[in-house]
Amino acid sequence: MDPRKNKICQKPQEKDCQQTKQRGRREFLKGAARVAAFGGAAMLAGCGGSMLGSKEELSLRWKEYFKKHYSLMTQEEKDETVRRLEQLAKIKKNVNVQMSSAPPIDGVLFGYAFNVTRCEGYMECVAACVKENNLDRKSNMQYIRIFEMEHGQLTPEVGNAKFYHQVPVEDHFYMGVQCNHCQNAPCVKACPTKATWQEPDGIVVVDYDWCIGCRYCIAACPYYGRRFNWNDPVVPKDEMTKKQHYLGNRMRGRGQMEKCTFCIQRSRAGRLPACVEACPTGARVFGNLLDPDSEIRFVLKHKKVFRWKEDLGTDPKFWYFVD
Amino acid sequence: METTQEKIMPHKLSIIKEITAFVKDVITWSLSGGLAYQIYLCILAALMVLGVYAYFVQLRVGMAATNMSDIVSWGFYIANFTFLVGVAAAAVMIILPSYIFKDKDLHKVVIIGECVAIGALVMCLMFVFVDLGAPWNAWHMMPIIGLFNWPTSLLTWDVLVLNGYLVLNLLVPAYILYCHYYHRKPKDKLYLPLVFISIFWAFGIHLVTAFLYQGLPARPFWNNPLMGPRFLASAFAAGPALIIIVLVIIQSTTSFRVEDQVFNKIRRISVVAGIINLIMLFSEVFKEFYLPTHHSQPAIYLYFGLKGHTALVPWIWTAIVMNVIGTLTMAFNPGKNNPKVLVPACILLFLGIWIEKGIGLIVPGLVPSPLGEVVNYAPSWVEVSITIGILALGIFVVSLLLKPALMIEQQYEAGE
Repeated sequence: MDPRKNKICQKPQEKDCQQTKQRGRREFLKGAARVAAFGGAAMLAGCGGSMLGSKEELSLRWKEYFKKHYSLMTQEEKDETVRRLEQLAKIKKNVNVQMSSAPPIDGVLFGYAFNVTRCEGYMECVAACVKENNLDRKSNMQYIRIFEMEHGQLTPEVGNAKFYHQVPVEDHFYMGVQCNHCQNAPCVKACPTKATWQEPDGIVVVDYDWCIGCRYCIAACPYYGRRFNWNDPVVPKDEMTKKQHYLGNRMRGRGQMEKCTFCIQRSRAGRLPACVEACPTGARVFGNLLDPDSEIRFVLKHKKVFRWKEDLGTDPKFWYFVD
Repeated sequence: METTQEKIMPHKLSIIKEITAFVKDVITWSLSGGLAYQIYLCILAALMVLGVYAYFVQLRVGMAATNMSDIVSWGFYIANFTFLVGVAAAAVMIILPSYIFKDKDLHKVVIIGECVAIGALVMCLMFVFVDLGAPWNAWHMMPIIGLFNWPTSLLTWDVLVLNGYLVLNLLVPAYILYCHYYHRKPKDKLYLPLVFISIFWAFGIHLVTAFLYQGLPARPFWNNPLMGPRFLASAFAAGPALIIIVLVIIQSTTSFRVEDQVFNKIRRISVVAGIINLIMLFSEVFKEFYLPTHHSQPAIYLYFGLKGHTALVPWIWTAIVMNVIGTLTMAFNPGKNNPKVLVPACILLFLGIWIEKGIGLIVPGLVPSPLGEVVNYAPSWVEVSITIGILALGIFVVSLLLKPALMIEQQYEAGE
């Protein structure tokens, strides 16, 4: 078995073998879960008022509420939930969404490198990320932060992320910060419900619908890589990116955690993340760490690279380098 | 007549009948009382209604109804939760001497300590619940039907130890009161093992809660091995101080009498813990300010303010002054055994630790952010109202438990 595969992803197979044996018990537990969750469903109804939709919507929402954790679903179950979410998007917002549940590709481990010398602070990456990932416009959520740094500084903590002037400024350089997709991620360890985990291709993802919103992962993250939906996220219909992934840019709800997914909807389809594509200076490098001919491997081999907060032992897959 | 009935009735049935009678009386006694008591309960109920209303606002608007943000991601709720875990754990300071060392004086008030612990635990669990962004998904955390990330996530440990401690603290007093209600002597074999477990468990709940923060290298202010021990010391100072206050209130409003040496003993426990707490505080402050590093930023923010943000500064200094005056008065003031001196000192100590182990612990852990950004945080009206509602619920629970408990104890002692 591929050693890179982490535990949570092996679970479905194990479960399948025992499935017949556990059926009786499982049915009982399902019943118990339903009773326990009924109160939760009532809460949803009480606060949203959106439960008063059509019968079809109600049935879709009901099934969505009682679905399993994503990594425990069989491929058929994943297909079903994706179809339900597409239908709900159509009913609720009249948007035609194409949602994917594409699995990780074998032999791929994603890595990212940021060229400190090249970045000039244009923030095209931020805008592209907001658009691509359907980030909440109401709270102005952004996954990427760009810090303006003076020479002599080399850690974003001492830089300035609130610059509103023409860039680049002389004698300054720029450093981008986003989720580091740590190989040893503190957020994954912190989550009480396993709602956040690392996929075999190295991407740290969140099952938005499994998250209980306790925000322990925010406290655990040393890179400020996670964002919380304090309000119902708002994305204008015509600005919405319709090509979505279950673990990526599909619409989130309030009270759920989200984060950079290396644009999983793009990277798993062989495309570059939106930030990399948008960068006008070519400061962003993304690729497969397991492919010796990839650009990211070239950078790691030939440039002077460093990682941020290396002392914390998080083993990030996000490098900085200078030309 | 009754004895013959008991003989005829199968044993099991009579136990059920006994328990029903016990529960019925407990409920009746807890709700019945003079006009003042009824008004008191009504005020608490009104405050709870305020809390429920604010919670519905929070459900409707989302957590945006609070003043928390991605930087200050935990606020007033978790601050109060953290402090109250200490209050719950502190009951062990009465339980340990009374059950294990058979201290007769403290044994008379142990039930009060246990009731306070139950109230504190109810508040803790409520504070965690209202802090959830998606409470309708709370069942995802339940073992078996959800995915319980145990033993990896410290939060799952906290859920286990808090609920376990609540069960232990319900079982032991319920059994003892049940026996006393029927003027029987409780069987040591039945409840003492649970008492032993609950003693270790009490240390457990506060250590686990400390580890929740201590285990995060991302937050240098929390990532400090002194956190756990200091949690215990501050809890064992604030908890007994609260019990002294509760005892004084009980004594002045009911016929229940507490002897002077009880106050003296509890005061001593509180003082010893309070002094250890101050030594540890001094040790922490020394480390942060003798040679300040980048990791001292949160402490600088807390004590002196950073980049013009000074919201916590008045609070922490008030807390430290209260803490020091409270502890020293309880230790050295010649009138320390006089309630007129003791009670204000206890209130000072309790409030001082509340501020310091609440908001003074949580917010600097999160500010400056991992990116070095500094913001101020003050709770919104929704947060304050929900907090008031939960505190009222806790006081309500303690009152409803204490009233019948003390009546049963008094009757039992009179019959002995």
